[in-house]
Amino acid sequence: MITADLHLLTGAYAVDALSDDERAVFERHLLDCEACAQETAELTAAAARLGLAVTETPRPALREQVLRSITTVRQDAPGGPAVPRASGAAARNRALSRWALAACVAAAATFGGTTIWQHQRAEDAINRADRAEQATDGVTAVLAAPDARTRVARLADGATGTVVVSHSRDRAVFAVSGMASPPSGKVYQLWFDDAGTMRSAGLMAPGSGDQTVLLKGAVDGASGMGITVEPAGGSDRPSGAPIALMELPA
Amino acid sequence: MKEAVHIGANPATEPDLEELVGLVALGDEKAFASVYDIVAGPVLGVVRAVLRDRAQSEEVAQEVLVEVWRTAPRFRADRGTAMNWILTLGHRRAVDRVRSVEAAAARDHKAALLARTPEFDEVTEQVEARLEREQVRRCLRTLTEIQRQAVTLAYYRGLTYRQVAEALALPLGTVKTRLRDGLIRLRDCLGVTA
Repeated sequence: MITADLHLLTGAYAVDALSDDERAVFERHLLDCEACAQETAELTAAAARLGLAVTETPRPALREQVLRSITTVRQDAPGGPAVPRASGAAARNRALSRWALAACVAAAATFGGTTIWQHQRAEDAINRADRAEQATDGVTAVLAAPDARTRVARLADGATGTVVVSHSRDRAVFAVSGMASPPSGKVYQLWFDDAGTMRSAGLMAPGSGDQTVLLKGAVDGASGMGITVEPAGGSDRPSGAPIALMELPA
Repeated sequence: MKEAVHIGANPATEPDLEELVGLVALGDEKAFASVYDIVAGPVLGVVRAVLRDRAQSEEVAQEVLVEVWRTAPRFRADRGTAMNWILTLGHRRAVDRVRSVEAAAARDHKAALLARTPEFDEVTEQVEARLEREQVRRCLRTLTEIQRQAVTLAYYRGLTYRQVAEALALPLGTVKTRLRDGLIRLRDCLGVTA
């Protein structure tokens, strides 16, 4: 289990090396952290140069396929401020394309990054957060808290668990992806670990291997969290050994 | 390509990808064709670096290029260059594909992963692409070995930092910081600003 200091994830984010859950948490963080957003923009621009360096020449047939496809694809409505208007016919001059890539490379070198924090990603994060908010009021508040701290752990069967704690709100969120279903008639129950004493933090929803849960009750100084398999309805205390134990981020 | 390449030519005469994307946002199919001519090669290159398989790469590249058409009205020029937007989109889609395939397959062995580190020595007839390649290769050499391996495995192979950690037998925290430090060095060497 590793403390995932969000500030250190700018590089991993820039090269798409985060899991979907971690990416969502990081993107929420970017909305609140100007310095992180700036660094992320710069590092993503640097990563894009790694992409430009492996340019290939597509088959001519691909061009025909793509140009044919777009005639049947409806464009999205504008989602933000107007994009810059083109100045004239020169922009449409196909003859320019011969050296356009060079121009782009030069432009990339000159103007560099300004990059990345593109709207789709921000919107993805906001949409995910919105959905989470509808599902469990309070999840977003924890994820968006300025003091939100994250810890990620590999669970059994390749599942990934992420616990996010906001001490200012004294609440915790647990997100899991790729978790196997509990045995028939059983549920996963979450627990706060109060120095070895397990305190119930609610049940996970049955039947979904990917979910985000607001832990029930205050963190109240708990040092960790655990997951057990319990009979339907849950138990007052763990009936067996936990299938996962994670330390809470400090 | 035999023509002279005008890197750093007078900006006033350069076709501006941002302007073209602005036209595409208004439904201009001709402008989209020009955008295609500028970005299709880089998009295919990014996708193919991650996916390797040519047919699958073309399929994903096509999806990405159509997505550029579809989402152009939402492109925000104040949040970065169009090329960065498009390459980021391409990389993300390639990574999505490789991870969905990987989810059903056994994880690659370290040796296999390292053996697939991309060849920068492939001959290319495109002068501008070769110049870019040279510059990136030169700058990658300014990274430490671990930084370079972490960055190339993540970007060109589409690995998560967890997988990078497994491949290089390093702690997760080390991989996170090496990725960040490596990209910072790359940014500084390439003169990228934002």
